[in-house]
Amino acid sequence: MSNIIEIRELNKVYRDGTIALDNINLDIQHGEIISLLGPNGAGKTSLISTICGITNPSSGEVFVDGYDIKKDYRKTRKLIGLVPQEISLEPFEKVLDVIRYSRNLFGYSNDDDHIEKILKRLMLWDKKDKRIVELSGGMKRRVIIAKALSHNPKILFLDEPTAGVDVDLRIDMWKLIKKLRSDGVTIILTTHYIEEAEEISDRISIISQGKILLTENKNELIEKMGQKTITFIVETKKNLDSLAKKFDLSITKNNPLTMLNYNYKTTDDTFNEFLSDLNKLDCRVLNIDTKEKSLEEIFLDVVGK
Amino acid sequence: MNFQAIKAIYIFEMSRTIRTLIQSIASPVISTVLYFIVFGSAIGSRMQNISDVSYGSFIVPGLILLTVCLQSISNASFGIYFPKFLGTINELLSAPVSYVEVVIGYVSAAVTKSMVIGLIILITASFLVDLTIEHPIWMIAILFLSCVSFSLLGFIIGIWARSFEQITIVPDLIITPLVFLGGSFYSINLLPEFWQKVTLFNPIVYLISGFRWSFFGNADVSIGYSISAILLFTTICILIIWRIFWTGYRIKS
Repeated sequence: MSNIIEIRELNKVYRDGTIALDNINLDIQHGEIISLLGPNGAGKTSLISTICGITNPSSGEVFVDGYDIKKDYRKTRKLIGLVPQEISLEPFEKVLDVIRYSRNLFGYSNDDDHIEKILKRLMLWDKKDKRIVELSGGMKRRVIIAKALSHNPKILFLDEPTAGVDVDLRIDMWKLIKKLRSDGVTIILTTHYIEEAEEISDRISIISQGKILLTENKNELIEKMGQKTITFIVETKKNLDSLAKKFDLSITKNNPLTMLNYNYKTTDDTFNEFLSDLNKLDCRVLNIDTKEKSLEEIFLDVVGK
Repeated sequence: MNFQAIKAIYIFEMSRTIRTLIQSIASPVISTVLYFIVFGSAIGSRMQNISDVSYGSFIVPGLILLTVCLQSISNASFGIYFPKFLGTINELLSAPVSYVEVVIGYVSAAVTKSMVIGLIILITASFLVDLTIEHPIWMIAILFLSCVSFSLLGFIIGIWARSFEQITIVPDLIITPLVFLGGSFYSINLLPEFWQKVTLFNPIVYLISGFRWSFFGNADVSIGYSISAILLFTTICILIIWRIFWTGYRIKS
């Protein structure tokens, strides 16, 4: 799959000396959903702001669909839609007018059929003549998404799109994101909600202190970094200490039963040997339970918490 | 050139004016009419003519410029400060819009509003005092250039300001005194010689003098100096704005 965004050695140091982005290199592929995960102040919003033109980079290059974001800013920005973290809207303007304004800013004339489709998709059509100040928080968030979609972007940046929204809206948002992806839109999402990244992303990039710590396919990440703990409840009269030492097991005895916890990795090739040894020790397996490491635990491991 | 974006900014700004019509247009017009009634008709009838022009008529150009300059600053500064305050400026920064287009959008809206106010005051004044305009094309040109230059200044103030209070500091503490002391209500030839020379350092003198010349054909300083001063002021404002966008001063972090 070809890259729609290429980030090369991107650095951003703010005037007060804060390093927001530290030598970021990242390729984002056409049509994927990539989640940028990271703690507060990790540099997620700085990265998005730099690509979109809100913040000037200190050094480095970013190419969007092959165009440089500085030299060819008109071409790159036309391809991008941004849903900012903060809800910033003119309070006394009507919904329809603020969306038309966004579309016009991107160089397109009014197309009310297109805007109607977006508003209906976001369940805002009946609010089109309402002033922004009359809308609820959730509705305002839908309006900023409608604004970002008003010029048919090929790339959509969503900066914490579901922060502070109710469960229904969050699920609607996930459906919308998946639908946009099926329409060919590349989506870059920052989120605090790891289950959100787990639910909708194709790839995950973990950022901390301005650095990208890893970027992986979501499933591969969970498989590679994820550990399974396999718990065996066995009945045996033999001593299992040597077995525990050999395979680094944790053992809990409660005669006549013993609980063994085996930490399994996909790269592990000793599991069959363990089963064979268990058999040799005349252990009667009464129960087996597995527990997989969640993305949240992986995330915490990677950022070192 | 992204004309669609310029048009969008312009219409968005003008719609705010229409929404707040009383505050935007009626209020400066009413306060200026009060000036005419008090200084022009009431006190003015007891004042001597200045350069063969009745005092009521004499103050018309100065009063128009006083309002127009302050309104230009106010319109343009609020126009750009409001998106900064609300955070909607990020949409502008992430859109395929050049800095020149942003300035044209905001400043042209501010200029339109100020021109409309200026012309309304002029029409109102023509009902209250005897008024003739000797050089109407120059009058419109100087009025237009004054609106452009002070709207550019307002745009700079709007970007510089970090609070609503700061927006009003420059017009209240600098521009208003300069306009009052720049010959709005008197000819600088009435001042003692020393103060006449000091007054020539006030750039507003050239503006008011040029504008008054377009009405009555006589001026405190030559029309050439007046036009040069307005163009110089406009150029300085453009250079400052260019520098602001080049460095991202108080716009981009």
